[in-house]
Amino acid sequence: MSLLEIKNLHATVDNHEILRGVNLRVNPGEVHSIMGPNGSGKSTLAQVLSRHETYNVTKGEILFNGKDLLAMKPEEAAWEGVFMAFQYPVEIPGIGNTYFLRSALNAIRKYRGQDEMDAMDFLPMFREKLKLLEMDEKLMNRSLNEGFSGGEKKRNEILQMAVLEPKLAILDETDSGLDIDALRIVANGVNSMRGPERAFIVVTHYQRLLNYIVPDFVHVLVDGRIVRSGGPELALELEEKGYGSRDLAAQGAAQA
Amino acid sequence: MTQAAKVQIQRLENYLAAFGDFQRMATGRDLPWLRSLRENAFARFCEVGFPTARDEDWRFTNISAVAETPFQLSRRAVRLLPGDLQPWRMEGAAGQLLFVNGRFSAGLSSVANLPQGVHVGSLANQIEENPKEIENHLGAYLNTERDAFCALNTAFVEDGAYIRIHRGAVLTAPIHLLFVSVVNGAPLMTHPRNLIIAEEGSQAAVIEDYVSFGAGDNGEALSNTATELVAHDNAIVSHYLIEREDTRAFNVSTLRIQQGRNANVASHSLLLGGAIVRNNVHPVLAGEGGECLINGLFIGSGRQHLDNYMYVEHAKPHCSSRQFYNGILDGHAHGVFHGRIIVHKDAQKTDAKQTNRNLLLSDDAQIDTKPQLEIYADDVKCTHGATIGQIEEDALFYLRSRGIDETSARKLLLLAFAGECLGRMKEEGPRAFAENLISDSLAELSKPRDSAASARCGDSGREWEEVG
Repeated sequence: MSLLEIKNLHATVDNHEILRGVNLRVNPGEVHSIMGPNGSGKSTLAQVLSRHETYNVTKGEILFNGKDLLAMKPEEAAWEGVFMAFQYPVEIPGIGNTYFLRSALNAIRKYRGQDEMDAMDFLPMFREKLKLLEMDEKLMNRSLNEGFSGGEKKRNEILQMAVLEPKLAILDETDSGLDIDALRIVANGVNSMRGPERAFIVVTHYQRLLNYIVPDFVHVLVDGRIVRSGGPELALELEEKGYGSRDLAAQGAAQA
Repeated sequence: MTQAAKVQIQRLENYLAAFGDFQRMATGRDLPWLRSLRENAFARFCEVGFPTARDEDWRFTNISAVAETPFQLSRRAVRLLPGDLQPWRMEGAAGQLLFVNGRFSAGLSSVANLPQGVHVGSLANQIEENPKEIENHLGAYLNTERDAFCALNTAFVEDGAYIRIHRGAVLTAPIHLLFVSVVNGAPLMTHPRNLIIAEEGSQAAVIEDYVSFGAGDNGEALSNTATELVAHDNAIVSHYLIEREDTRAFNVSTLRIQQGRNANVASHSLLLGGAIVRNNVHPVLAGEGGECLINGLFIGSGRQHLDNYMYVEHAKPHCSSRQFYNGILDGHAHGVFHGRIIVHKDAQKTDAKQTNRNLLLSDDAQIDTKPQLEIYADDVKCTHGATIGQIEEDALFYLRSRGIDETSARKLLLLAFAGECLGRMKEEGPRAFAENLISDSLAELSKPRDSAASARCGDSGREWEEVG
């Protein structure tokens, strides 16, 4: 059985149709990259998968581990093993990073019937993950993302992913705004988590990230539809020719 | 005679009768200075009557429900058992005074473990035993001319706490004053009066805590309380007001702070209960180098009305005041923050700041926030700001996307907002005490909203609105 199965997904925001029939199948262990020009619906797809309520699904279905993902609240999707690394992580003053992350982990563990982790059990594991993301523990005593640089925020997203150990991780333009060092660290974190049980959807505008996180499949999203799928070489081709090529536009039109 | 005048007189008749009885029976009735203090205050109350919405200081608060209720002083002694009060007590207090219907209850109080140099007792006992010691302070600071409730409190001044921290004495654990109103029959009024004197270089923390039983079932309760707090030179005092009365009770409180040279006073107010609540805080920075923190949190739901009236007077140079009030309002609750700063002519180099932040959790909740600066000196720094907003949907989604359920996520965000006020409480015991009360109050307010309401919030586009 596939981990994720998206069938003919249509979604609107404020009565604007953004996704217009997306089909995608993701198996455990696979890394899929979704590429596309601005406004093609990449982020919308990521948000729908993480159950953001702003998006209205008008048609189609999503099965996650055979369960109806669209019937789930955001927290339920998280309990089932969906994780999204946000393009713009939110700053939340007054909620400590470490406290938040342990609360989140315990909520997920509780759903899975596991014992809650106290601070004593949590800290050693947490420190390991901090090391992996090359993050300063002092940062964790601060409020959630408050005063973090752009790169620190993105690393914090991957840190959260490493602690929560999801079955499906969606990276929404995690590479945007990262310098090459931060990019390497983030990719390193992601690669260390690759394994036969876990799948990734890497949403990106640029091919650069895919030099570090090498995908099994690349999909091109244009105008709310996947118009082409291929291997990693497709990303290179897009880098060279751009999204504006006539081929892609023609394919989008042909499918419509 | 007009109809309005008749109503006014009917109201006053009730107080006239109560005052007549009181003057015949009250502790200290034979002390001329106390007698005239009471009589003058009562005369002033009769002159001005209860404020109305025409009064600028009461524009946002309609107290006709208070004015129209024929309140009585407590006539019979009420017996409470220690077990009745157990849930309301505070752990780790240096001493606890208990007042039932305005009367000190020695049997339910404990002041055994106080260190030397600290006097904590009942004001009535002090009037009885050694009135000389308080003659110069009692009523010397509270403005009965301006405020009818202060006048009324002073007319009925008799019992409350009398605390004196002697020169250089340091009290690390807080003193807990618990005021219990037990309504049993007629509408009940109490007028607790506290006098706190921190002598030179002393340090203490005092918690005033107001609760009520039985309001609404048999009648209403009004706690009309006033505290005069004198912090002499270099004294450090933290004052906490915890108002957690029954949501059918009325509570009007005035804290009048008089600060000496380099005195450092913090006023923390936590308004959680009450139908109509008015919280007056009036510090006067009357010595150079004084510092005053005025910190507060009000949490209302249902039809609660919570009014905060700050009146900060800078009378001497080189003083600083900081006002921070946060409000969380749900249902049809109505909050008011009125922050007045007065910088007198001599008070050069004043540094005064005021911030009021509000979260509205429902479409029907309302906040009126009003800064008012009066500056008569020319070299001062005064700033003010206010915000009104909702729970940020992006933050809520972020927390939920990590597996934190909606109720818990909302509670985390509300606690974070309330935590700004908790963070300013430097005494650990009172802070933990306050945190528990806040956490309990926020339980109901954390419940998920119907999606229609949240969609409306989302439509507004802006989560925060700057005002003032």
